[in-house]
Amino acid sequence: MFYREAGDFKTSYAADGQTFPIAFDRWRYFAVLAIAFLVVPFTINEYVASAVLIPFLIWSIIAIGLNILTGYCGQVSLGTGGFMAVGAYAAYKIMTAAPELNIFFVVLLSGGVTALVGLLFGLPSLRIKGFYLAVATLAAQFFLVWLFNRVPWFYNNSASGQINAPDRTLGGFLITGPNATPEAKYLFCLVFVFGMAWLARNLTRGRLGRSWMAIRDMDIAAEIIGVNPLKAKLSAFAVSSFFVGVGGALFFTVYLGAVEVGEAFGINKSFLALFMIIIGGLGSIFGSFAGAAFIVLLPVFMKNVMVGGFGWPTDIATHFEFVILGALIIVFLIAEPHGLAAFWRTIKEKLRLWPFPH
Amino acid sequence: MSAEVLYTFEVILNGLMAGVMYALVALGFVLIFKASGIFNYAQGVMALFAALTLVGLQNGQVPFAHLLNAIFGTDMHYFGWKLPTIGGVPVLAIVLAVFVMIFFAWAVERLVLKHLVNQEPIILFMATIGLAYFMEGFGDLMWGSDIKKLDVGLPQGGNLWLEEATAGWGGDAFYGFYIDNLDIWATLFAAILVITLVLFSQYTKTGRALRAVADDHQAALSVGISLRSIWVIVWSIAGFVALVAGIMWGAKLGVQFSLSLIALKALPVLMLGGFTSIPGAIVGGLIIGVGEKLFEFSIGPLIGGATENWFAYVLALLFLVFRPQGLFGEKIIERV
Repeated sequence: MFYREAGDFKTSYAADGQTFPIAFDRWRYFAVLAIAFLVVPFTINEYVASAVLIPFLIWSIIAIGLNILTGYCGQVSLGTGGFMAVGAYAAYKIMTAAPELNIFFVVLLSGGVTALVGLLFGLPSLRIKGFYLAVATLAAQFFLVWLFNRVPWFYNNSASGQINAPDRTLGGFLITGPNATPEAKYLFCLVFVFGMAWLARNLTRGRLGRSWMAIRDMDIAAEIIGVNPLKAKLSAFAVSSFFVGVGGALFFTVYLGAVEVGEAFGINKSFLALFMIIIGGLGSIFGSFAGAAFIVLLPVFMKNVMVGGFGWPTDIATHFEFVILGALIIVFLIAEPHGLAAFWRTIKEKLRLWPFPH
Repeated sequence: MSAEVLYTFEVILNGLMAGVMYALVALGFVLIFKASGIFNYAQGVMALFAALTLVGLQNGQVPFAHLLNAIFGTDMHYFGWKLPTIGGVPVLAIVLAVFVMIFFAWAVERLVLKHLVNQEPIILFMATIGLAYFMEGFGDLMWGSDIKKLDVGLPQGGNLWLEEATAGWGGDAFYGFYIDNLDIWATLFAAILVITLVLFSQYTKTGRALRAVADDHQAALSVGISLRSIWVIVWSIAGFVALVAGIMWGAKLGVQFSLSLIALKALPVLMLGGFTSIPGAIVGGLIIGVGEKLFEFSIGPLIGGATENWFAYVLALLFLVFRPQGLFGEKIIERV
């Protein structure tokens, strides 16, 4: 019934090599896009946008970024929170230094700044491997957060040490600041998510993505067949940090609006991002979305059930959230170590044969 | 000697003591990594959980009191008894806490590790992060999240004897070395712990089996060593080490959530010393302890202070660039 390639004849190489070669898959993809762009903006309200949709979109970008580094290039990173902070503070500095600049370019530029910082912290990866590297990326996490906390230049000497996103418009619509409408925020993030996911998908299909995967599978062997580990690893760090930086900039400008660095970009954020890609599936763009959706929805769902449903005090609900999140992660790893993406793949295989399983 | 030199000396001494405290946590990591190749992020939370359990048992707290009160509308907090102590040391509670940690080790092996044999290291690492989250919530649910005082009968405060004996060494400007009594005890316990561990792994049958597993899983299996029981033993020992670390840190800072963050203090120690070396954990701890205290003392005030959060990591990072396997780690040999 579904996902059949039978009868779907390709007459050109371009058609054969497209991202979604199966017609059903392609139409599903267009349908999702149409709903996301044309239906959702007219039906969302403030709560759904700020509690679910916007965090989900932003975390998707971050998860894709981390997936490029960890899932495609095999370099485990625990510095995501730090790089998000770089994106946020870069956005803040650019916004205050150049008030005329379009917010769209502010976010992109912040990603660029983060890419440079990521490049710097990626340098040790040429010497250090495995868990030693994972711990080494924690250096980025702690150092960057400390830097933004202690050096007044980064927060323009504000007395509280916080940074606040000033109001910025795009095409007449307010995007940032407390008065922006949820629809504008949502669409702004959605455009970024669409562009970044498209970029990531095509990067990982191409020469660069293949060199990353070769490095992931075995770096010495990759080196022997002519992949330059310097180029591959550093480009992975740069591209990944670009994504994470864009995510961090959106996180600050669109989602939170006001940020205190230790709280908003602490080590917990690094772990959350890692959870997303593990639960979603390493080395999969779809997995990044699935993982982000799962991790964003879970606390919202549990808070509604426990505080709203059972009427428990919030502190017990918070503790339970930890217990359930921890337990779910373990259960997931045991049941499906390759994440939701692998689960989805199995479903697709099943759907292809349904209703005749032989 | 001038007072300044002596003060620097004091900083170094205190750094060494702090280093021992870091090494205590790092030790648990090394034990588990050696025996099973699992990078156990939950070690810090294990220390917190052990300390919480110890305090809860000692004071006769009702487990899950908050939760039960919320569900059944009761108002319970304490059973109303305290476990006996011997000379101020809550021996019975410590023994019970050890048993709880052993049970925990067994449960982890049963429920988690057994199902994850032969998975990639990153999956196992993620599982221990999940475990850390679980334990964090579970510990708070069980014993409450307020800050608790842990009194194990160890003397607190500065060592007066040392302070008086050394006062006046550097003229009137020097008031003598200030060293926390607790740190001295911690050093003693750490020394005893390490010596016991070394003796255990060198001279007992189980210890030899542990080393065999650390060396080569498959070879160990083929000569009839049960991997699963070894894992339980290793996690139990790590649980015991976590208990010691939890007691020391808990007595120093109070038993509270931030105790679990000591794991983050132990990670650079591990990097520096190498993930697989017990002496490495000790030496790494000492280097990091002295290094960060000296840096904070000399350069910290110039650049805004609170450098202790990251200095250890940067130090370890720079060090690793020259020696990727840490000080005492096994040389990493890769073949295609």
